[in-house]
Amino acid sequence: MNFAATVYTLWLREILRFKRNWSRLIGSMALPLIFLVILGSGYGSVFRYRSDVSYMQFIGPGIIAMSLLFSSMLGGLTVMWDRQFGFLKEILVAPVSRVAIMAGKTVGTVTTSMIRGLVFLAAMLAAGLLHGSVPGVALALLFMFLISASFVSVGIAVATVMRDPHGFQLIMNFLIMPVFFLSGALFPVEQLPEWLMFLTHVNPLTYGVDGMRFALGVPSHFSPLWDLLLLVKFWVVSTLVGAFLFKRMPA
Amino acid sequence: MNEGARISATIGVKALTKRFGAISALDNLDLEIEREELFGLLGPNGAGKTTLISILSTIVPPTSGSAEVCGYDVRRQSHEVRKRIGIVFQDPSLDDELTGDENLDFHGRLYGLDAATRRSRMEEVLNLVDLQERRRDLVRTYSGGMRRRLEIARGLMHRPEALFLDEPTLGLDPQTRRKIWQYIRSLKESFGMTVILTTHYMDEADQLCSRIAIIDRGRIVALDTPEALKASLGGDLLELETGGHSPEFLNHLADMEEIAHLAETDGTVILTVGNGESFIPRCFEVAQRFSVQISSVSLRKPNLEDVFIQLTGREIREEGTAGPQERVRIFMQTRRR
Ligand SMILES: Nc1ncnc2c1ncn2[C@@H]1O[C@H](COP(=O)(O)OP(=O)(O)OP(=O)(O)O)[C@@H](O)[C@H]1O
Ligand SMILES: [Mg+2]
Repeated sequence: MNFAATVYTLWLREILRFKRNWSRLIGSMALPLIFLVILGSGYGSVFRYRSDVSYMQFIGPGIIAMSLLFSSMLGGLTVMWDRQFGFLKEILVAPVSRVAIMAGKTVGTVTTSMIRGLVFLAAMLAAGLLHGSVPGVALALLFMFLISASFVSVGIAVATVMRDPHGFQLIMNFLIMPVFFLSGALFPVEQLPEWLMFLTHVNPLTYGVDGMRFALGVPSHFSPLWDLLLLVKFWVVSTLVGAFLFKRMPA
Repeated sequence: MNEGARISATIGVKALTKRFGAISALDNLDLEIEREELFGLLGPNGAGKTTLISILSTIVPPTSGSAEVCGYDVRRQSHEVRKRIGIVFQDPSLDDELTGDENLDFHGRLYGLDAATRRSRMEEVLNLVDLQERRRDLVRTYSGGMRRRLEIARGLMHRPEALFLDEPTLGLDPQTRRKIWQYIRSLKESFGMTVILTTHYMDEADQLCSRIAIIDRGRIVALDTPEALKASLGGDLLELETGGHSPEFLNHLADMEEIAHLAETDGTVILTVGNGESFIPRCFEVAQRFSVQISSVSLRKPNLEDVFIQLTGREIREEGTAGPQERVRIFMQTRRR
């Protein structure tokens, strides 16, 4: 069976499950929304980074990145649930390549994760929080895709190593949350203590958030080309590592 | 699907060993299964049946030895093997957030069936397992038996050359079981499918299988047709209900020439004898000599369960039967001639 048909089959399954799960969809969007509204309003008055940008505007791109990060990692981790419910065996015993399976899972999860990200993006643009020219929005979409695709692969890689879905809390506490908080999504990455500076600079999400800021008219720190380059690198590496681990994973 | 008749066996296993740490799940196992056979694997829990099927279906790599399915090596040519096999796993393997239809459609797509074929096969297999009315419901809302039926339907959908069924009828009602047997037989006949099934239902194995292998602790302890296996016990089964346990009586019986095998469980003595009818009077004589009361006698032809118990030395552990008090005590002695 050819590669594209397998990818499409797995994509279709993700879409079907996504359509059916409104509660999960809304649940997954609640946390970023709470961050945006409550933190955005609460810290508004003490935020004195720049006079031309409000705190809510400043964290807007970071909130989109947060939504992408969470839903992408969760998507990758559904591999663990598929194993728990035995469905992974059904997929792995079929005469299709592992790489096609991984690609289908990735494309499906990136789609559902991007839908959530797009809802946030559209809402913020409509509310006038963010300002996007057409090329600006296109660039933002590119950054969003790279963030999502990279972290789906990270999620899949984690799922091949850590086989028990009940350990998810661990991943939440020691991977997803730190990556989010150390990405500069909520604070400027300038004038930080040395150790924090270091951690934000090695965090790939930092460059995704920064690139989206640039694309959506919020002051950014690095050059957008640099952001793009680093993020593409991270995407390639995480995809290769994810595919390698997924190929070797025992059924 | 089967053009170019293959002459060789569908399944060839040589010196197959699988170890999980210290446990030997399969121990130097040899096995050949011919094309279009309906082959049964019996054995107590933990005997290695599922492990064997997992290796044959390329899910688990063997520790050593070789296995070929449909002429292809399970390790080196796993993709070719996968194209030709279907499997119904022992454990659940459905996506319960999808409907029955969607589960089947997903399967059909993974096996490269085009849209028209998918539609007609889905009709066919859903009719077989009587799930037409529930096909558009989420699997989450199905009963246990309905899920099992859907899994069987799914395994048949792409009409594999070799079909593995790991306890396919577990938890199904008698009507459905019979219907599934019938369909498995007809599939074998119409499409030349080879079927390998494991089961703990002895009647199922007896009715369905052309040959049966009994596996115990990773080794094959018997392999033959159901008839030959039953005949191998060497006679009829005579069951005596005695009041209690009398070692002298049992020892005397065990020494008698006519008795091929003897087992006692809480006062019930089961003897395997060449000619049951003429042996009954002698039995009473002996009992009288040891002052043993026989309250009832029954004589019957051996069934597969008798063979199973004799060869594996313990009863199949079915859910919730053997409580600690009614633990089966077996007094067993086999005369080797
Ligand atoms: N993944 C595994 N890790 C460790 N041990 C295993 C694994 N799979 C099977 N075993 C062991 O291998 C042996 C054979 O198991 P298997 O599942 O093949 O038995 P079975 O004949 O299918 O039993 P049942 O009738 O209960 O299904 C058992 O002792 C089991 O504990
Ligand atoms: Mg088993």
